Amino acid sequence: MKQPTRNPARGAVARSPSADARVQRAAGAVTARTRLSDRWHSWLGHHREMAAEALRRFLATPMASAMTALVIAIALALPASLQLGMGNFQRAVAGWDGQPQLSVFLNRSARESAVERFTEELRGDSAVAEVSYISPEQALAEFQQSSGLGDALAGLGANPLPGVLLVRPARVAEAELEQLTSRLRESALTDSVVLDMAWVQRLARLTELGQRISLGLGLLLALGVILVVVNTIRLHIENRRDEILVVKLVGGTDAFVRRPFLYSGLWYGLFGGLLAWLLVAVGVGLLSGPVAGLASSYGSGYALQGPGPAYLLGLGGGAALLGLCGAWVAVARHLRAIEPR
Amino acid sequence: MITFDNVNKRYESGQDALVRVSLEIGRGELVFLTGHSGAGKSTLLKLLTAIERPTRGSILVAGQNIGRLRNGQIPYYRRNLGIVFQNHQLLFDRSVFDNVALPLAVAGCNRREVGRRVRAALDKVGLLHKERHNPIVLSGGEQQRVGIARAVVNKPAVLVADEPTGNLDPQLSAEIMRLFADFNAVGVTVLVASHDLELIARMRQRVLTLQAGQLIYDGIPAREAAYP
Repeated sequence: MKQPTRNPARGAVARSPSADARVQRAAGAVTARTRLSDRWHSWLGHHREMAAEALRRFLATPMASAMTALVIAIALALPASLQLGMGNFQRAVAGWDGQPQLSVFLNRSARESAVERFTEELRGDSAVAEVSYISPEQALAEFQQSSGLGDALAGLGANPLPGVLLVRPARVAEAELEQLTSRLRESALTDSVVLDMAWVQRLARLTELGQRISLGLGLLLALGVILVVVNTIRLHIENRRDEILVVKLVGGTDAFVRRPFLYSGLWYGLFGGLLAWLLVAVGVGLLSGPVAGLASSYGSGYALQGPGPAYLLGLGGGAALLGLCGAWVAVARHLRAIEPR
Repeated sequence: MITFDNVNKRYESGQDALVRVSLEIGRGELVFLTGHSGAGKSTLLKLLTAIERPTRGSILVAGQNIGRLRNGQIPYYRRNLGIVFQNHQLLFDRSVFDNVALPLAVAGCNRREVGRRVRAALDKVGLLHKERHNPIVLSGGEQQRVGIARAVVNKPAVLVADEPTGNLDPQLSAEIMRLFADFNAVGVTVLVASHDLELIARMRQRVLTLQAGQLIYDGIPAREAAYP
């Protein structure tokens, strides 16, 4: 608020609460004074007005707006669906934990008592967390049950399967695992040792790769969204060049000039984000049938998980934020260009 | 109220628009600024309204050094300034009322106050009955009066006009000038740039004449002395 210190004619008027238009006009050079509460209400009011007006402008050109929103939606749907796909994939393989396990296939000629002694010995080993023994008979029974080849196996006469020790190591560092593996191999009872970890590691690496790709793609496409909004808002600014000039000349701050465009950017982003969510949801809907069929053929009840409310919130909010950024960049460029030199 | 001290303005093209201009305009004065096109009238007004910054020298308005204002301060400086443009710069996407209300909206005035002040300003320029019209349907003279209403709605201490009668016939021009004289009569400092020498002569007010960027005359002309 400007204090009326400059104009001696003003002091007399400023104090009188009944000083209305007539008196103020008579005093002439009375600088506009606005109370702080008025400014606050006006500021809030202006935000509301600009938000509504930006929405009106957005809806006034439905085709152009829809196309811009769709471009944003497609750009966001790509990384979002990749992310969702990764999540679903991880959920599908979650049953297979990442714990490495050593399968020690025993010599078929090994005696039962020797195997028992070996098992006890391993249980005492500090490098071993857990040992379980699957006898050839157990292995055969399991195999008959799960493979459906029971009759063919019965025809073989003798049990072709060896006994197996499943060893869970206490520590998973690669060097220690290799040491343990070689120690197990040295035993006379051992036929071969298989480290069931390679594929788990590969899976983990693949998952990480997928996540990095979706992150990189996400960042790149977020930048794309910002650029789309910058360009769209630039056109808005071009159309309202005169208005900006007049507003600046009657004392509008940069924030005042920026506000309607920020809201426009916000709407573009928000609608784009919601549309992106819709695209992903429709995509999941189309895929869920075949995926469920595939899962049931493997005897699994696995079902695709669609983009939930968290995705809706994230996509909508994130895209609105990107739109805001784009609009800010566009207006800042224009405002810089018309600063006094 | 307004002091120019050795003000130079050189544009990036190397053209010297103002050369060592010094002048002083007191509070409550009505001053005309004249000269051929290209003499520096517009540049002087642009410096005064902080659209341009001086290359050298200082410009004081109410004790504030305009050339040194930070970009963020300029809007607040302009709120104490009424600016009337030659091409009136009205916005045709809104009513007369909303055009005049713009400076108040920008300053964050409350709604009741806005209505009261806008109507007072429109009443002053005789266009109260056209507040709901779109300015595009108004005549040139009426549009200019709306521009003036917008310039004074904020009750500025200083009113600056750039060729306000540029496109108007003599009678309308005289009306516009009378309006400026009225505002001046209630204490507003008024600076009007115009090349309408006949009209200025009739006003019998102080005249500043620029030629090739230099101030060559400052005074109340007896006859034709001010007009080279």
